[in-house]
Amino acid sequence: MREVVAETSRPVMLYSVGKDSAVMLHLARKAFHPSPPPFPLLHVDTTWKFRAMYELRDRMAAESGMELIVHRNEEALAKGINPFDHGALHTDMWKTEGLKQALDAHGFDAAFGGARRDEEKSRAKERIFSFRTANHVWDPKNQRPELWRLYNARKSKGESIRVFPLSNWTELDVWQYIHRYDIPIVPLYLAARRPTVERDGMIVMVDDDRLPLRPGETPVWRSIRFRTLGCYPLTGAIESEAATLPDILREMLLTTTSERQGRAIDREEWASMEKKKREGYF
Amino acid sequence: MKIPSDTPAPAPEAAAEDIGAYLARHECKDLLRFLTCGSVDDGKSTLIGRLLYDTKLLFDDQLDALEADSKRLGTQGDKLDFALLVDGLAAEREQGITIDVAYRFFTTDRRKFIVADTPGHEQYTRNMVTGASTADLAVILVDARKGVLTQTRRHSYLAHLLGIRRIVLAVNKMDLAGYDQAAFDAICAEYAAFAAGIGIRGQLAIPISGLAGDNIAGPSMHMDWYSGPTLLEHLETVEIDADHARRAGFRMPVQWVNRPNLDFRGFSGLVASGRIAAGHKVRVLPSGAASKVTRIVTLDGDLDEADAGQSITVTLADEIDCSRGSVLVAADDPPQVADQFEATLVWMSDEEMLAGRSYLLKLATQTVNARVQAPKYQVNVNSLEHLAAKTLGLNDIGVANLTTDQPIVFEPYRDSPDLGGFILIDRATHATVAAGMIHFALRRSQNIHWQSIDIGPEALARLKNQEPALVWLTGLSGAGKSTIANLVQKKLHRMNRHTFLLDGDNVRHGLNKDLGFTDADRVENIRRVGEVAKLMADAGLIVIAAFISPFRAEREMIRRMLPPGRFLEVHVDTPLGVVEQRDVKGLYAKARAGELVNFTGIDSPFETPDNPELRIDTLRMSPEEAADEIVERLLG
Repeated sequence: MREVVAETSRPVMLYSVGKDSAVMLHLARKAFHPSPPPFPLLHVDTTWKFRAMYELRDRMAAESGMELIVHRNEEALAKGINPFDHGALHTDMWKTEGLKQALDAHGFDAAFGGARRDEEKSRAKERIFSFRTANHVWDPKNQRPELWRLYNARKSKGESIRVFPLSNWTELDVWQYIHRYDIPIVPLYLAARRPTVERDGMIVMVDDDRLPLRPGETPVWRSIRFRTLGCYPLTGAIESEAATLPDILREMLLTTTSERQGRAIDREEWASMEKKKREGYF
Repeated sequence: MKIPSDTPAPAPEAAAEDIGAYLARHECKDLLRFLTCGSVDDGKSTLIGRLLYDTKLLFDDQLDALEADSKRLGTQGDKLDFALLVDGLAAEREQGITIDVAYRFFTTDRRKFIVADTPGHEQYTRNMVTGASTADLAVILVDARKGVLTQTRRHSYLAHLLGIRRIVLAVNKMDLAGYDQAAFDAICAEYAAFAAGIGIRGQLAIPISGLAGDNIAGPSMHMDWYSGPTLLEHLETVEIDADHARRAGFRMPVQWVNRPNLDFRGFSGLVASGRIAAGHKVRVLPSGAASKVTRIVTLDGDLDEADAGQSITVTLADEIDCSRGSVLVAADDPPQVADQFEATLVWMSDEEMLAGRSYLLKLATQTVNARVQAPKYQVNVNSLEHLAAKTLGLNDIGVANLTTDQPIVFEPYRDSPDLGGFILIDRATHATVAAGMIHFALRRSQNIHWQSIDIGPEALARLKNQEPALVWLTGLSGAGKSTIANLVQKKLHRMNRHTFLLDGDNVRHGLNKDLGFTDADRVENIRRVGEVAKLMADAGLIVIAAFISPFRAEREMIRRMLPPGRFLEVHVDTPLGVVEQRDVKGLYAKARAGELVNFTGIDSPFETPDNPELRIDTLRMSPEEAADEIVERLLG
């Protein structure tokens, strides 16, 4: 993070309100203490996040003393793009396009993201400093070698870098860090009884009346929690009784499914993530 | 969808005990980073897939996906094809090869691991070097049926070159070699003889089968003649040498000056080696200023002391000059400072090295300009022979001298990868073109000092009653550079200015008559002219230089050799179509006919100046007018 601040002109930290963002923000505070982290937080909002996420986002921004920039893709808003009717287009427009718009509008030339290499196969090869062309395109065949602790942050005008400080962390590392430093997280990560419906093989939480119920669907109360948080109709919950951090950690050590399994986006097509990333998805 | 609580527990260690105790133990686990080297057919990806599988690091959905993929793309019939787990990019899956470095993570009861999975082909040497740069140990795979091959030697050499001290020779596919001890022993003996020759000591050989799982996590049922550790046992217990960095002298490259308000000025960085405590005496290099550490500041409160590997912010007792690129060091044990080195270079770019060209060199947090001299030799990575070489291309490894434009703080690579390893960055494309490892500083760098002279450039210029300058005319052959340069000099001469004209053709009759027209020679041609022009400007002259000088990098290099404002870049801009039609010297015709190679504009590029001080459009302006404009700009 210090290398990025020293070698780029306008860095920003992508803040998705998830557990990885929580860890990244804490690390930033460590890296620059006693100064506040010298960059703003950017939340690329889809308007379809869980309510609890919006609450924590505003609280954390206030506590860290950092500027919070919230960007919504106006075109997606105007067209009423939503996860129910538009599927992949929802992710493209709100997240992929929304992020590009926000980076361009503010002239950010470096953006920290919380992605980890252990999440997904195409991430395993991505650099910690990952370059994007002026059109935000990632070229996996043309990545800069990263040797020792040396990062080359030079770029031409218009190009930008996505930086992944948690690249070498595992999911267990993330939870352990949150436990060790008692970092606030969205309560949805902890189990509680919540209204749900089962849909396309996923348990979907009925967060509010933004979720149109299908004929025959009635919300059922289940004890659930989330391993990963995205747009709520696209993020599946798991049934769980793990209501505390140590419970989560125990459950995680016993679990036999990977955390991205709850995300509809990955299963859509073979090599879907790599394709999305080449197009500019974070 | 499967719900975890319905499935049997695969990791009994956590279920059985208090989670708090487990966490405490996990926090204390150390980390081993290792590298697997082998070619596609050696079963490297299969081995890593097997390690993940045997250590219960695969989840049900990943296994389901693997089963489906194995049926569709696998090469193992009905069996699981573990290689598909780790070959990440779609292109790699299709071609069945690993192109890049992929990092994998797994944990056992004893240790955490990061595996760098790197490709084995010779054309991916740079990827292997990248993976090796952060590894403590290398697993070198050999196919039991094929024995020690050229690639085995190459992988071992590269691992050793990058300073990896722990080597495991994994003799794989023992299942296909009938689990035969004699075959294994023969391979071990052959490898030992080779390894000793290049300085590898204490390697461990293990007979394994990645596909069948022999000697990976559990001992083999088929090789009772082998009594050594399994691969995983060895990885879990081998000694890690983080202590080495802790024992060395204190060094902390400064990344960032931490200045939240006027009352606090701290220096943030990662401790590269040694130990530091409040009260310790330190020096700031390269300036050499001394002070004392007053505080070690962190978010969790001040520390009494900090060790290698910790990221900290320190405050000093004195207000001394210290910024990004400075290195804080133990006052009684400082590293060296120099500007000329011998180093091993691994070339990583499609564009070959140009001796004499200025690259950015980044070492720790220092970034300087550096020029590489022609290689002393290149190493054939297969035979390890030293070959004569004029340049280095992609994946070539060679030894060369480098000169930096300002002194840097360094240590030999074998003592400190943090202060001895560097990268070279192309100034135009910003690509990382090479990785380097410093051997030592050249003695002349330490023994040749600047002699101070009482009559300086200012005094010489004052006597001539003029401001020295370098007017640099660049452009295609036949664009009109020499004509305009000649007119500029005549005009200045009439105005009683002291001038000298350096002309491209003329210097090639003398100073540069040993140089040809390859890219490397063009770079050297311009470097020499630049040095001469600088001396003349120091002598107080207005120097006019007319050179094609096709590359941006060299023109920028000369700009930086002169004080700000003294370099006037003039682009004599005549379109190729026009100069070719004029063809005053008949050179374009020859080049088109193939009688002249490396001719600028024809088969060698001309890089147009981005921001010249002046651009002369010769289609709209006569040479006379052009010369007037240059003189006006120079004196006006």
